Amino acid sequence: MPALPGVGYGEEIARLQRRLEELRGEESPTVAWKTVQAARAQGRPQTLEYLSHLAPDFIELHGDRLAGDDPAIVGGVGSVAGKAMVFLGHQKGRDLKERQQRNFGMARPEGYRKAQRLALLAERHSLPVVCLIDTPGAFPGVEAERGGQAGAIARTLQVFAGLQSPTVAFVIGEGGSGGALALGLCDRVFMLETAIYSVISPEACAALVWRDASEAPRAAEALHLTAPDLLTLGVIDGIISEPRRGVAGQARVMSRRLKRTLSSSLEELGAVPPEVRRRLRRQRYLNLGVFAG
Amino acid sequence: MLDSGEARVVDGPADVCVEACPHCERLVLPEVLKASLNVCPLCGYHRPLSALERIAQLADLGGWDEVGSDLQPLDPLGFRDLRPYRDRIRAAQASTGLREAFVGGRCNILQQPAALGVFDFRFLGGSMGSVVGEAIIRLVNRAVADRVTLVMVTSSGGARMQEGILSLMQMAKTVVALEDLRASRLPFISVLADPTTGGVLASVATLADVIIAEPGAFLSFAGPRVIEQTTREKLPEGFGRAEESLSYGQVDMVVPRSELKRRIAALIVLLQGGEETRIRKVGSDEKRPWWRSGTLGRTAARAEELARPARSWLRRGDS
Repeated sequence: MPALPGVGYGEEIARLQRRLEELRGEESPTVAWKTVQAARAQGRPQTLEYLSHLAPDFIELHGDRLAGDDPAIVGGVGSVAGKAMVFLGHQKGRDLKERQQRNFGMARPEGYRKAQRLALLAERHSLPVVCLIDTPGAFPGVEAERGGQAGAIARTLQVFAGLQSPTVAFVIGEGGSGGALALGLCDRVFMLETAIYSVISPEACAALVWRDASEAPRAAEALHLTAPDLLTLGVIDGIISEPRRGVAGQARVMSRRLKRTLSSSLEELGAVPPEVRRRLRRQRYLNLGVFAG
Repeated sequence: MLDSGEARVVDGPADVCVEACPHCERLVLPEVLKASLNVCPLCGYHRPLSALERIAQLADLGGWDEVGSDLQPLDPLGFRDLRPYRDRIRAAQASTGLREAFVGGRCNILQQPAALGVFDFRFLGGSMGSVVGEAIIRLVNRAVADRVTLVMVTSSGGARMQEGILSLMQMAKTVVALEDLRASRLPFISVLADPTTGGVLASVATLADVIIAEPGAFLSFAGPRVIEQTTREKLPEGFGRAEESLSYGQVDMVVPRSELKRRIAALIVLLQGGEETRIRKVGSDEKRPWWRSGTLGRTAARAEELARPARSWLRRGDS
């Protein structure tokens, strides 16, 4: 019998709803994956570019005073609105030559030790520390491992955990695993709108659990690595919005936005005595985790 | 029952049961393996231990007070790959009898009071998620409250992928908690068992006062395959093994399992100022008498302890 108007459409509506759900399920991996690609895009402003706008008087300092200088992490002193601070950041490199020289922003133990040294320098001179995070991860290499890669990251975390100085981190591109976290144990952590921050790269995750690196878009979705995801999970404090057409070539605009957030954060943090600040930082990280019991 | 890992169990004639060593492939009687602390008596291969076997080997008989036993993992991301994370947790819980990949508690190690935490690699590769992080925090808090040494035995693939960024944050969380231990000037001894990698190696495991590695343990931040793929080079012989780490100055010593308990106890005594200082400290502490009754430095009793196989009382506690 033919269906009368307004009769028997329940099934059709249910089917359409199911289809909509399916489409949503298919669409969202694209969002996460698109963000991953944007976070890694070559045209994205990098640490040194941001610093040239944020702190035009920036002076780079080199070396870990033990073994070498790692170009994958740059650091130094500069001032924002007349206030001096220590800057640390991953630098991936622009063209192929610079990228190779900087090892694509993948730091070695020397890099993390330089970060420790400069963080402690900041503490000695009562300067805030500002970190710009943009790395695929710590460099996976034989010499790096033999040089104590794991210990270097752990001790960097330890230094930041105990630091008297106020600390602010911005994930400006790719926040890759332990190599990113090494500069991320801060009082305030912000992410750019299309930055990512993850425990593992989507490719590696896909290779491990799906046994197929081409499942990376699905892994990207499953990992919850976008800025809104991290804000929801309580891991970051805020998101720095980007121009509608993305951040490429927008270092000046984005630097102004970073500067605003940085200034207000440092003002808040500066109003608190160092001991209290350290206690609050401690509490912030102790609270992270979801479990029963 | 021994956790035989990937070892093959061969049924011989007339009720004889032997196991093949996964390393030298020669056959060993399970009783012999048990007596040798799960180290192959023929080639010295240190077989993996479950958390409870490890605790039984290190903790003195009779006084295990578990910390964080009420913690249960959740699925904060609704993570799903080929199997939902919840299923993976349930399967791991069923096959190991544990709630999570880490077991911690208060005990004595050859009469030396300690807070002992042990990873279990069988539980999702000993990976560190929210529960493991929290369990470590509680163990550190207990060590600080009781003013005892923290001893941590790690075997872990690193951060637990299925809890995403929250797992990465457990590195920060555990490092922050260790600050309290440092401020209290309490010793921290870490034992790196095979394998200890990734986020666990790059946080708690390497921040100890003294780092001991088990013979042959694979210790590396990055996984071997990742290194080979990135550098396009074959890994050199012995790369990342405990012995190599020792030669590169990354660990303090490589200690065979038969010596481990004695070595830990000796370090606890020395790091707290030596036998003289310790007796004075413990003697003046009236609030915590339960380890004061322990007699000190009875080496014969210690040797006997070491020779004993895994304890049944512990396994009961597991169920």
